[in-house]
Amino acid sequence: MSSVRCVDLRKTYRQGDQDVKALDHVSIEIDEGGFVCLVAPSGGGKTTLLNAIGGLDIPDSGEVWVAEQRIDEMSKGELADLRLANIGFVFQAYNLIPVLTAQENVEFVMQVQGVPAAERREKSMAILEEVGLRGLEDRRPAEMSGGQQQRVAVARAIVSRPALVLADEPTANLDSKTSDELMELFTELNRHHNTTFVIATHDQRVMRYAKRIVRMLDGRIVEDLEQDAA
Amino acid sequence: MNIVLRLAWRNLWRQPRRTWLTTGAMVFSNTLLVFMISLQFGMYELMIDNTLQVFTGHMQVQAPGYRDDQKMRQAVPGILPLATRLRDEFELDTIAARGWAFGLASSDERSYGIGIFGVEPDYEPGVSSIPGLIKEGRFLEDYDEPGIVIGAVLARNLRVGIGDELTLLGSGRDGSFAAAVVNVVGIFESGIPDIDRNFAEMPLGLFQDVFYMEGAGHQVVISAETLDAAELLLPQLVASLPADAGLVVHDWDALQPGLKQAIQADMSSAFFMYGILVILVAFSVLNTQLMSVLERTHEFGIVLSLGLRPGRLGRLVMLETALMGFMGLVIGAITGTIFTTWFTVNGLSIPGMEEMAAMFNLPARVYPETTFGTAIAGPLIVYAFTLLAALYPALRLYRLHPVEAMRIN
Repeated sequence: MSSVRCVDLRKTYRQGDQDVKALDHVSIEIDEGGFVCLVAPSGGGKTTLLNAIGGLDIPDSGEVWVAEQRIDEMSKGELADLRLANIGFVFQAYNLIPVLTAQENVEFVMQVQGVPAAERREKSMAILEEVGLRGLEDRRPAEMSGGQQQRVAVARAIVSRPALVLADEPTANLDSKTSDELMELFTELNRHHNTTFVIATHDQRVMRYAKRIVRMLDGRIVEDLEQDAA
Repeated sequence: MNIVLRLAWRNLWRQPRRTWLTTGAMVFSNTLLVFMISLQFGMYELMIDNTLQVFTGHMQVQAPGYRDDQKMRQAVPGILPLATRLRDEFELDTIAARGWAFGLASSDERSYGIGIFGVEPDYEPGVSSIPGLIKEGRFLEDYDEPGIVIGAVLARNLRVGIGDELTLLGSGRDGSFAAAVVNVVGIFESGIPDIDRNFAEMPLGLFQDVFYMEGAGHQVVISAETLDAAELLLPQLVASLPADAGLVVHDWDALQPGLKQAIQADMSSAFFMYGILVILVAFSVLNTQLMSVLERTHEFGIVLSLGLRPGRLGRLVMLETALMGFMGLVIGAITGTIFTTWFTVNGLSIPGMEEMAAMFNLPARVYPETTFGTAIAGPLIVYAFTLLAALYPALRLYRLHPVEAMRIN
């Protein structure tokens, strides 16, 4: 069964006097349990595609299906519910909530989902341990390094075990050791929980973990390769 | 603690100076409103008391139609026994019978048309301030004494003093000629020229004889301790009147419709000013919340992308405003109450007011009336307008698009 299906997506942005095609007739299908890397140079369309899959951005035309639901026609509220229940996001710029501590940031999605407090605490502490942030749970984002903030963002994205994780340059601010640990964690979730990962990256080390590499250029998919993951 | 509540509370303290400035504006306006509303209601009570205690009282028992057309023959028969019975039944000394007639008062030199009250000397001081305003001589002492008290302006116009004789001429209840010679025993000065020029009081017994009242009078005046007590007393009074007597009871509002209108007019202008104050505070809140929302656009994009519904985000902004407004309400109501209570205990004296107040038999100090209602009404209105002001910034969030919001730094 497919986790994500995009059919003939088009998205054009206005940049100054020019129209820039961010997505140009993009069609892609990603099965449940897939581990896909979207590889493209800057402006190649990978972030736009991630945003379209996550319902954060609406394409000009085409269809986006996630968990067998067509999301490009959903209301804002329905999209919010879909993201809350099914999708975990890791953004390039961490995007943590500045007034909440690391643990509260990790608990945020679960709290909105209505998970009981004790269960939230237990899960958030466990995931913070997994990403190597045990002991920093009471720090606010401003009191953490970029790498630590990125790990909090990753913990927040995966703590409620979403079926689909969309990650935009998740290792951009991490050292190689932490990057490897993070990718090991993603791989484990993918193997044991059948979580689907779609990762936009430039990082060759990240690509080694992917089962499938999709290369984009100027908003189009130019190569789609299966590979043996590391 | 709920995550939205926790977020709202912490968001307030991101810019503590701004939050305190906005809350300070609410506290100031709430304190001012509590004081002004309390003072206003204190003044109204004083105004009502002082107006009603001249002649009107809180209620009057009259013959039907007398209030609108004060004819001699529209009288209450057996008025003294009725007043005595009511005094006994309600255990109140502040009930007194009166008659009223129009007549010509003549001294040796001049004549003037005046209104003459026939009053119960023992009980009139309980329902009227006139006996306490005697500046020369004394008030009436006996039901049948041939004495009269007149206003200071009338005394000056008639050129009479204490002990001088006045001749009264008028029409009796049966239409016959009524005449009497009385001695001026007292001169009162209410400070109200119309009253001091146009009214006189004589004993009810003599009044009934002179005007052929045959035991009748025109009004039984009842004063209660407070307006609230008067409201409670009214239905009991109506019930205690003999059903076959055909008498009616009018409350102060019916007897002095102009007084309520004056209060309402004053309230309208006061509330207009309060409205301006409240709107200024609401705009201050609108400004604060709008800035706060604009500053956090990026962050709102994040929480939307994590799955928070736009409606919940709007509620977050409303909750922040509600928390800030609640602080303003509580602190403002407390400071306002403390500030006002000091004046409720010690009174408020406006410079130059003492002499004028003494002249008019008014207290020299005004005492704001602090009640739960006056302490909370103003702050609650400010709170409601504060929430109303936050609606616009909150509703803006419904239009927010996660990706566009996250692009803004």
